[in-house]
Amino acid sequence: MAIDKQLDTLEVMLNMGPQHPATHGVFRMVLSIDGERIVDVEPHIGYLHRGSEKLCEHEQYSQIITLFDRLDYIANFNNELVVCMAAEKLMGTEVPERAQYIRTILCELNRIASHMLFYGTFALDAGAMTPSMYAFRERERIQQIFEATSGARMMHNYFRIGGVKQDVPEDFSQRVAASLGPIKETIEEADNLVTFNEIFLARSRDVGTIDGKTAVALGLTGPNLRASGVDYDVRRVQPYLVYDRLDFNVPLGDRGDCWDRFWLRIREMDESVKIVEQCLAQMETGPIMAPMRRISRPPKGEVYVHAENPRGDLGVYLVSNGGDRPYRLKIRPPSFCNLMSLKHMMRDAYVADAIMVLGSIDIVLGEVDR
Amino acid sequence: MLEKLAILTIQLVVLVTALTSVVLTLVWVERKALARLQRRMGPMRVGPHGLLQPVADALKLLVKEDLVPAQADKLLFWLAPLVVFVPSYVIWITIPFGQGLVVRSMDMGLFFIVAFSTLSIVGMVMAGWGSANKYAILGGLRSVAQLISYEIPIIMVVIAIAMLPQSLNLSTIVEDQRAVPYALLQPLGLLIFLIAGVAEVGRTPFDIYFAESEVMGGPFIEYSGAHWAVFFLSEYVHTFAIGILTALLFLGGWTFPLMPDVVWLGFAWVMLKTYLVVLVIFWFRGTFPRLRIDQLMSFGWKVLIPLSFVNILITAACLFYGLPNVVMGLLSLAATAAVAYAIYRRMTLPARETAEQRMARARAYRRVEVRDAG
Repeated sequence: MAIDKQLDTLEVMLNMGPQHPATHGVFRMVLSIDGERIVDVEPHIGYLHRGSEKLCEHEQYSQIITLFDRLDYIANFNNELVVCMAAEKLMGTEVPERAQYIRTILCELNRIASHMLFYGTFALDAGAMTPSMYAFRERERIQQIFEATSGARMMHNYFRIGGVKQDVPEDFSQRVAASLGPIKETIEEADNLVTFNEIFLARSRDVGTIDGKTAVALGLTGPNLRASGVDYDVRRVQPYLVYDRLDFNVPLGDRGDCWDRFWLRIREMDESVKIVEQCLAQMETGPIMAPMRRISRPPKGEVYVHAENPRGDLGVYLVSNGGDRPYRLKIRPPSFCNLMSLKHMMRDAYVADAIMVLGSIDIVLGEVDR
Repeated sequence: MLEKLAILTIQLVVLVTALTSVVLTLVWVERKALARLQRRMGPMRVGPHGLLQPVADALKLLVKEDLVPAQADKLLFWLAPLVVFVPSYVIWITIPFGQGLVVRSMDMGLFFIVAFSTLSIVGMVMAGWGSANKYAILGGLRSVAQLISYEIPIIMVVIAIAMLPQSLNLSTIVEDQRAVPYALLQPLGLLIFLIAGVAEVGRTPFDIYFAESEVMGGPFIEYSGAHWAVFFLSEYVHTFAIGILTALLFLGGWTFPLMPDVVWLGFAWVMLKTYLVVLVIFWFRGTFPRLRIDQLMSFGWKVLIPLSFVNILITAACLFYGLPNVVMGLLSLAATAAVAYAIYRRMTLPARETAEQRMARARAYRRVEVRDAG
C-alpha cells in the first residue's frame, strides 16, 4: 500500500443551533467541517422574525417606541432613542437640555450593561464560567437604576418624542455615581481575569480576523469595525444628543481579531463611565419634555437618523405622509449587518473558534430578525 | 482460601462504597467552592447548606428515564459507561489511604495505576461513536487525542518520581518522603503532573472534549439517567484519584510533616491534602477559560513532554552525581520559573503593550481635535 495515497475524507455537515447553547438565541449555523476545521459556514436567520418594520406602519408614533425596545433587547434605551430622534428631526422639535442629558446617561449606562453582558457571555463562550456572574452583578446595578427611572427592567418605553416620560428619581445622580465605582472595579477585574489571561489570549488572538477594508465593504459598524482599525464612531462623526460637549476617547484596534473586539468593548465601558460622570456633572434642572401635541403628526417627508448603539450603527429611515403613523419605516440593524462578516471571519477557523467568532460579533437575534 | 476471598470482598465493597460517598462530597464541595468564587450561595435547600443535594441529585438521576437514541449502536452505547467506570475504580486497589491502608500493596503500583487509567479512553470513543451524534463523535475524537497526549507527561513524571526511592510501590514512595516531600525536590514535576492530571480528567482549562459551549457535552451528549450518572461518577473518582496521587507522590502523603505513625491520623492527613489538591482543581475551573484542541495538543507535545524530559534529566543528573537535594529542587524550580516567564513573555506582555499603545493613540487623537477646536 502506497503511503502517499490520500485517504478519502468526508466533509461533515454540523448543524449548530437553533438550540445550541452558544448561539446566543435562536441562530443557526450550518457548518461544513473537515475534522475540526471549518470549510464553510451558512448562517440561517429568521427564527425570531416578528415583522417589526411592518408593525410600525400600523402603530402611532408613540406606540412604535415600545416596538423598538424589543429589537435589541440588551440595549433598549439606545433603540428607543433612534426612533424618537427620527420623529423629532422630521418635526423639528428641540428636545430640552435636561432630557438630552438624561437620555445620554441612560444610553451610556445601557452601553455598559450591554458590554457587560458581552463580557460575561464571551468569557462563557471561551469556557470561563465565573466572569458571567461578575458581569451580571454589574448589569444588575444598572438594571436597577433603569427600573427606578422607567419602571421596567428591560422594556422601558421611557423616551418620548420630544423628551422623556417623566423626570428621573430624586436620588438618580447619587445612585448612578454610587454604581460607577463598582463598575470601574469590575472592568479592572475583567482585564486581570480575562483580557490578559494567557489562555484567553491564545484562544482569541488572531482568531476570526477581518481587515478594515473588508469590514467597511461588508458594512460592519460599531466595535466590530473599530476593532479593525477604522475610526468611525457616530458619536464623534455626527454628534447627537450632547456628545459634542463631552470628552471621551474612541479606542481602536488594529488586527480585527476576536481579542481586539473583546478588548475594545472593555475599553468602551471605561469611556462610557467617563461620559456618564461628565453628564452627571453638567446636568441641570429644567423641563424634560418639549411642548408637544398629544398625537405626533410629523410633516410629510423622509428622514434617516442613526446613532451609535453598543452593537454598532443603528439607523432608522422614516417616511411620513403627514399622518399619525409612519408611511414606511426601515431599520438598519447593526447586528444584522455585522453578522454578514461571519463567513469572512470563520475562514480557516476551528469548530471551537466558530463559537468565539460568533460571540465576538455580539449579535442580538431580536435585532437580526426584527 | 474462602476466608481470603471473603476478606477481599469486604475490602472491595468498603472501597467502592467509600469512593462513591467521597464523590458525593466532592460534588457538594465543588458546587460550594464554585459558588463562593462566583458570589453565589450554591445549593442551600436540601439539608443544611445543601449537604444532601448530591444525594437528591443521585436519586433523581437513578429514577430518570434512560434514553437510547434510535440510531445508536446499542451495544457500544450501553457498554461505554462501564468501560469508563471500571478502570477508574480499579486503580484504587493499589492506592494507599494511609499507612497500610491499602487493598493490595503492589510493587508495580504506579505502573498499574497509569496502565489502567489509560483504559477509560476506550470508553470515551465508544460513547462518542455509539451515540450516533456528530457532537458526540467530535467530542469522542477530541478525548482520544487529549487523553493519549497527556498520558505521556504523566508517565514521564512518574518515572522521575520512581527514580528517587527506586520503587514503584506507592507506600515506599510515601515513606521515602518522611524528610522532604518530592514537591520540594521536583516542583517542575508537580506542575507537570497537576496540569497533565487536570487534562486527564478533562477539567477546565482542558474540558475540551465535552465543552458545553462547543460540543455540548461531547461523548455524553446523548446519555441520561443512570448511565450518565456512571460517567459523572467516574469523572469525579478520577479527579479524586489525581488529587490523592498528587498528595502521595508530591506532598508526602501521611508522613510529611512529622506525622506520628498513627494510622487514622495519617489517613486524615492524606484526605486533607487530597481535598486541598482537588480544591485547587476546582479553583482552576472557576478561573480559566478553555484551550482549543490544537493548542492543547501543541502545549502537550511541545511544552509538557519536553519539560517532563527535562524533569527526568535534572533528577537523573542529580542522582548520578550525588548532588544534594537542594540543588535538585533549585534546578527544578528554575526550570519552572523559566517556563512561566516564557509564557508570560510570549502571551501577556505583548498584549498589555499593544493595549497601552492603542490607548495612548486614542488619547492623542482627542487632544489634537481639542486644539483644533480651540
